[in-house]
Amino acid sequence: MVYTAEALIAELRQRLEASLAPVRLTVEDDSHHHAGHAGARGGGRHFRVRIVSAAFAGKSTVARHRQVYVAAGDLMRGPIHALALTTHTPEEEA
Amino acid sequence: MTVDTGAHVDPTSPAIQDLIREQVTGHPVVLYMKGTPQFPMCGFSGTVVQILKACGVKDIFSVNVLEHPAIREGVKVYANWPTLPQLYVNGEFVGGCDIAREMYQNGELQQLLGGNAQG
Repeated sequence: MVYTAEALIAELRQRLEASLAPVRLTVEDDSHHHAGHAGARGGGRHFRVRIVSAAFAGKSTVARHRQVYVAAGDLMRGPIHALALTTHTPEEEA
Repeated sequence: MTVDTGAHVDPTSPAIQDLIREQVTGHPVVLYMKGTPQFPMCGFSGTVVQILKACGVKDIFSVNVLEHPAIREGVKVYANWPTLPQLYVNGEFVGGCDIAREMYQNGELQQLLGGNAQG
């Protein structure tokens, strides 16, 4: 499956919203920071994702990031090369 | 490395998974990265190297996954974590760049590195 950048962001947002019910979600395309480096060969995109969700309560950062990766599913195997993640609960943001 | 880690090798095979287990349990600080600590080929990988250096870690066992395609895919299975770099301390998966940075900023990483960090 080949996505345009816009379609990929839309698909990622939809998956994150469906499984994490975030109260806030921002997805920025970071790909231009990484264009051309050897590790980015293959064309996967980089995104910076900030998520505020109650689903993270009581979880370690590793566990939170795993939740995000599980939600993103097969997008992590090809279309997306890497995510820079910030995962907070509403209480932590307050 | 005597184990074949080429692109044709199944990353989920016992040969690769056992190799990864031996690497992470056989060295206190292990980093699977793109490039080398001297010449990182990815900003995220380079950042983790800088963080480890800032923690005073002198001895990083690093694996350049660009040269070992089966390990590149194998560690994603091993840690159930889809991205590189991956940092392991004392045999335990710690996380990628964001987590290493966060743990460095709040002092957890220095604590975890304990005897492996000097200064």
